[in-house]
Amino acid sequence: MRVVGFFLQFAGWIIVLAAIALLAAAPQTAFALAGFCVQLLGLALAVRSHRIPHGEPE
Amino acid sequence: MTPEVSALCLVFILLVPLAGAGLAVINSGLGRSRNAAHMMLSSLCVFALAAVVFFVIGFAFAGYPGGPAYEFFIRAKPWNWIAAEHFFLRGLPLDGSPASLVALLGMMSVGVAAIIPLGSGADRWRLGAACLSTTVFAAWTYPLFAHWVWSGWLAQQGFIDAGGAAPIQAAGGITALVVTWTLGPRRGKYTSDRMPMAIPGHNAVLVILGCFLTWLGWIGLDCAGAILYAHAEPTRSVLVVANATLAAASALLAVAAITRIRFGKPDASLCANGWVSGLVASSAGGAVMPPAAAMIVGLVAGALVTYTVELLELHLTIDDPGGSISVHLIGGIWGILSVALLAKSAQWLPQLAGISTLLGLVLPLTYLITFLQNRMSPMRTAPEGERQGLDLHELGAGAYPDFMTHND
Repeated sequence: MRVVGFFLQFAGWIIVLAAIALLAAAPQTAFALAGFCVQLLGLALAVRSHRIPHGEPE
Repeated sequence: MTPEVSALCLVFILLVPLAGAGLAVINSGLGRSRNAAHMMLSSLCVFALAAVVFFVIGFAFAGYPGGPAYEFFIRAKPWNWIAAEHFFLRGLPLDGSPASLVALLGMMSVGVAAIIPLGSGADRWRLGAACLSTTVFAAWTYPLFAHWVWSGWLAQQGFIDAGGAAPIQAAGGITALVVTWTLGPRRGKYTSDRMPMAIPGHNAVLVILGCFLTWLGWIGLDCAGAILYAHAEPTRSVLVVANATLAAASALLAVAAITRIRFGKPDASLCANGWVSGLVASSAGGAVMPPAAAMIVGLVAGALVTYTVELLELHLTIDDPGGSISVHLIGGIWGILSVALLAKSAQWLPQLAGISTLLGLVLPLTYLITFLQNRMSPMRTAPEGERQGLDLHELGAGAYPDFMTHND
């Protein structure tokens, strides 16, 4: 889950970059926002995978 | 640039180390007394190492606005991705030119950024491991991202961040998050059912003193950045100082009010974190937004710190003794967004691209580097060192030898 989370963050960044580099003004923002949402999903996965599991002795 | 403006810039740059001193003192005060000397020495060591590594390697990749750089073209549009300077600042006369001042500011800024993760790794991060992490940060991660923000493709897109909310604060905050994930929580911080135990800081006086030092340091950072990176007129420094002060003050008052309402009394450590968070958030747009907007930035930054500290500790089991993630990462991202929200309305896409780069490249890259480093040489001190305190374990002497030591 951790690796998937980081991969999604990187993939979202590529989508944002592609939107800026390749698209015209109108769909650019929508694609960039979509890429950013992918990144947020990846961040949520990465954060969740780093939580301490229940019952782990400290 | 006239000699007078160069001299003014130099004065601002000389204030920047105070930001590092302030953060070191805050982190030390928020940690345990048995690790206080270790925290201060670690801060000085990483500041020194970062400056040296930036001089040797980092500036070659970071460069300065308008300097030589490598570019590629997409649909006939140039994408400036890395500077083409020499190692050891070769060929750069240190004569007060804008390029030389940018190099000097970079040496100071990377030191401040390198101190940020020490707060989150407090009480358990070995000095040697912190130095190794700083070396990579100052040689590669910071210079590359700083180049993008101030001279490279992000700057070409119109990204606004004169004071370094992204490359200094948020990048430092991301390193803090990764360090916390890698080190894990302090021993005794969480019970087996994931409930956090309070481990209060050992010296609130140091923490509050650190706030005054950071204020001066940030003023230097923001003013020098506005002149050198945003090419603002020197007279605009008055606006920058006013904005930084108002944002910090508003953030502190917001935290004091929220903690007073929620807990019955204002919380000193959270108030200090709120103050720094206001400074962090005002870094991005301090030179372009009106003072009233800076107050709003500060109020939101203060509220964000109060709630994210709780979210991280209670729900996400992230043990961040110095509050570095909430203050620098969350505050920095809010600062970048606030430019689009309160300063320039057509600014959404460049600011979003900056945040996206932080999350999509800087975070995974930092995680990978830290993961490999931890595999090669464990970053966390031995359990005995944590119990004994890093002062005695790594330095052989405590910060307060005349005080009674405590037991857990």
